[in-house]
Amino acid sequence: MTLLLVMAGGAVGAAARFLTDRAVTARFGRALPWGTLTVNLAGSFLLGLLAGAGAALPGWLGALLGTGFCGALTTYSTFGYETVHLAVGGGNGRRRALLNVVLTLSVGLAAATLGWLVAPGSPG
Amino acid sequence: MTRLERCVLVVVAAGGALGSAARYGLALAWPAPPASFPWATLLTNLTGCVLIGALMQAIAVRTAPHRLLRPFLGTGVLGGFTTFSTYAVETRALLAAGRPALAAGYVLGTLAGALVAVRLGMLVVRRLRLEPAGGGA
Repeated sequence: MTLLLVMAGGAVGAAARFLTDRAVTARFGRALPWGTLTVNLAGSFLLGLLAGAGAALPGWLGALLGTGFCGALTTYSTFGYETVHLAVGGGNGRRRALLNVVLTLSVGLAAATLGWLVAPGSPG
Repeated sequence: MTRLERCVLVVVAAGGALGSAARYGLALAWPAPPASFPWATLLTNLTGCVLIGALMQAIAVRTAPHRLLRPFLGTGVLGGFTTFSTYAVETRALLAAGRPALAAGYVLGTLAGALVAVRLGMLVVRRLRLEPAGGGA
């Protein structure tokens, strides 16, 4: 049962990542992988929020939204590949790859922390 | 949305379900006690990075890769398998537990490992493709 919830959340999360990436890339271009940055930020905030709410949440919601949706909405493989792709692309690619790493890590960690802090019933 | 775009969305979702199931299975098999090093997530993310490097290299050298191959395997399965949110939340938990060195090691170790893993995956496929005839086929 838990596995099915994880898979359902994962299916929706991956589809949402694909659609978000497409919309963000169409709007802001490809100088940096803005789409991946957006989903990683949003997913880290939401998972931080769920983790902060912790015991207040029913287990099935954690499997569906946390492990399934947030896990699949965010991605490390695409982040890794896009960073390498930027770095080997020539021009100022190495600088943009470094910027992508610094932005993703700082914004992702800040989002997870913020989510935790604003969670209802969070110990702070 | 065209018919192809609808197909892409469906295979991305199907791949995401499979990748998430595999990630969940790995986390069950290798649970991390609170404030300990999250080995399962690290292994998941590094494996996913080797595979995406290999996949993208394999697709790059093909003249006409199937149009659903990259959405299914790359965006769906590997995107759903690897996770950034768990990595971020685990790092926050390590910091909150008063283990800043472990948190820093986890953040930077995953990052460095992931970038090396992508290159490794690409390199392995490139090597296999450039192997002179006689090794096979």
